Amino acid sequence: MNRSMDRRQAIRSLLNIFCIGMGALAAAVVSVPILAYLFSPLIRPTAPAWRTLGSLDTFKQGNTVEVSIQDPSALAWAGQTAKTAVWVRRTGERDFVVFAITCTHLGCPVNWEAGAQLFLCPCHGGVYYADGTVAGGPPPRPLFRYETRITNGNLEIKTRKLPIG
Amino acid sequence: MKRAWHWIDQRLGWTKYIRKVVEHPVPPNVNWWYVFGSATLVAFIVQIVTGVALAFTYVPAPNSAFDSLQFITHHAILGSVVRGIHYWGASAMVILITIHMIRVFMMGSYKYPREMNWLVGVGLFFLTLGMAFTGQLLRWDQDAYWAIVVGAEQAGRVPVVGGFLAHTLVAGNTVGGATLTRFYATHVFLLPALMFLLIGTHLYLVVVHGISEPPEPGHLVDPETYVEEYEELIEKKGIPFWPDAAWRDVVVAVAIGTIVLGLAIFVGPKELAQPADPTILKVYPRPDWYFLWYFALLALLPRWSESWFIVGAPVLGIIALIAVPFISNRGERSPSRRPWAIAIVAISILAVAVLVREGEIASWSPKLSPSPLPATVTQPLQGSALAGSAVFQNSGCLSCHTIAGDGGDRGPDLTHIGSNLTASQLTTRILNGGHNMPAFGTILNPDEVTQLVDFLTQMK
Repeated sequence: MNRSMDRRQAIRSLLNIFCIGMGALAAAVVSVPILAYLFSPLIRPTAPAWRTLGSLDTFKQGNTVEVSIQDPSALAWAGQTAKTAVWVRRTGERDFVVFAITCTHLGCPVNWEAGAQLFLCPCHGGVYYADGTVAGGPPPRPLFRYETRITNGNLEIKTRKLPIG
Repeated sequence: MKRAWHWIDQRLGWTKYIRKVVEHPVPPNVNWWYVFGSATLVAFIVQIVTGVALAFTYVPAPNSAFDSLQFITHHAILGSVVRGIHYWGASAMVILITIHMIRVFMMGSYKYPREMNWLVGVGLFFLTLGMAFTGQLLRWDQDAYWAIVVGAEQAGRVPVVGGFLAHTLVAGNTVGGATLTRFYATHVFLLPALMFLLIGTHLYLVVVHGISEPPEPGHLVDPETYVEEYEELIEKKGIPFWPDAAWRDVVVAVAIGTIVLGLAIFVGPKELAQPADPTILKVYPRPDWYFLWYFALLALLPRWSESWFIVGAPVLGIIALIAVPFISNRGERSPSRRPWAIAIVAISILAVAVLVREGEIASWSPKLSPSPLPATVTQPLQGSALAGSAVFQNSGCLSCHTIAGDGGDRGPDLTHIGSNLTASQLTTRILNGGHNMPAFGTILNPDEVTQLVDFLTQMK
């Protein structure tokens, strides 16, 4: 009597481990494709691409203007958000600086105020000089820049990820 | 009829199980302070129902989301009311869950044996904030777009994994086609599923441990004897929850429902301003009020503390709330004997209220399109001072400084600056900046500086 009780108990604990183990295994197997799918934009990020901002003569020396570019990874339904804007400043005959529009504080879009020759951020009051260095407010570092090159008389920049401070 | 009910009852287990739960005895003197949990639940149900209704029309794709909301708001029959209920209901739920949490904290209801229910409630509180955050993004207007970027930048401050977290949040390299669907799925499936789970647990625990009796000063919680005393109280004097105690919950739920419906009809949902468009930069991004206090805090913190704060404060906040029942799960429950509990709540409410107000004014933000100087200021001017007033207007000074009631609040009001500073002091300030003012030495030419100083010295 006692022995068969023990046996029964042993089978029960085995079954317990078996059921929980199978459940855990099934959950683990299913999570692999789900997690891989969910993180696919990070596992396989789009390579940066060069984008044309316009021919050199469209930019006046000393001016800072906004230009928008198409993201290299744009999805068909992205609409306007397939674009990113940049600030372009011509500093010389063949010298350009291209700034990311995101404030280095928390990422709000900075505005160029031509009269003041300053970039102003509408969120927490960050201010930058024309060369992107911090003039006031909370930003911890100068504006982020894009890599630039000139090809066939056109100004080009290399796309980059959303700059994270 | 009776036989039919008997058939259903037997198969449903209504009398045997459900009715017992619904009529479980509660302390006889539960009062109006006990209504906020059920009010939060009712608000949640309203959000689920209106949310499902909105999902019938809303299109969670960046190229259509804004248009589909325009359709819901302006063309669908009573769509504006449905969206209005969802919009005001969100605020109601944030407020109600906060009041409920404050009530439980003040009355020490989280003490033994209800610690687990406090922890589940903390989970629900943060899930509610998560719903509020993801919900406002689905409007897919400029505020939503930049709220995602600002959220990602904050995640990016986390050491080592910050970049990964930030790009997980935006679902890729930049905010784009993949971003909205993720927030949508999170808002309508993931977070609600977790909330159902935790609400079920929360209610189950309410039944397991019973509703806490209203605290009496001097009546201490002792884990050794509490359960026995509580059970005795319930056995001798307990009243059925339904409907003897629940009628108050119904009254409050109806009252809150009426307020939300009234706001939805007469005020309507938040106006859809501009669709999300990263190429239009004349924006003024602001979160909804329940995050405005945090937004204000991020502007007002000293720079050195900021990265610590952005990463540390949410973590500390969560730890502090989790720690509550572990710091003290026994002793006094009555707020009149717990001055620290009152102080903590009062200071928190005051701080949030002040910061929401600060966030609305946002004196730290430069005005991007200030109105020009009034004629009363410029008319009496002549020569160099008149030219200086033009320099003042054209060089962005008005974005930060006010003269005669118009302009920004970032820097000091300059209406009477001529009586406070001399010409040479003014020149120094303008050329070198300081105290958050940019240096204009390389921006203005010497003539402009002279004219500007001539103008400002006349401002008396």
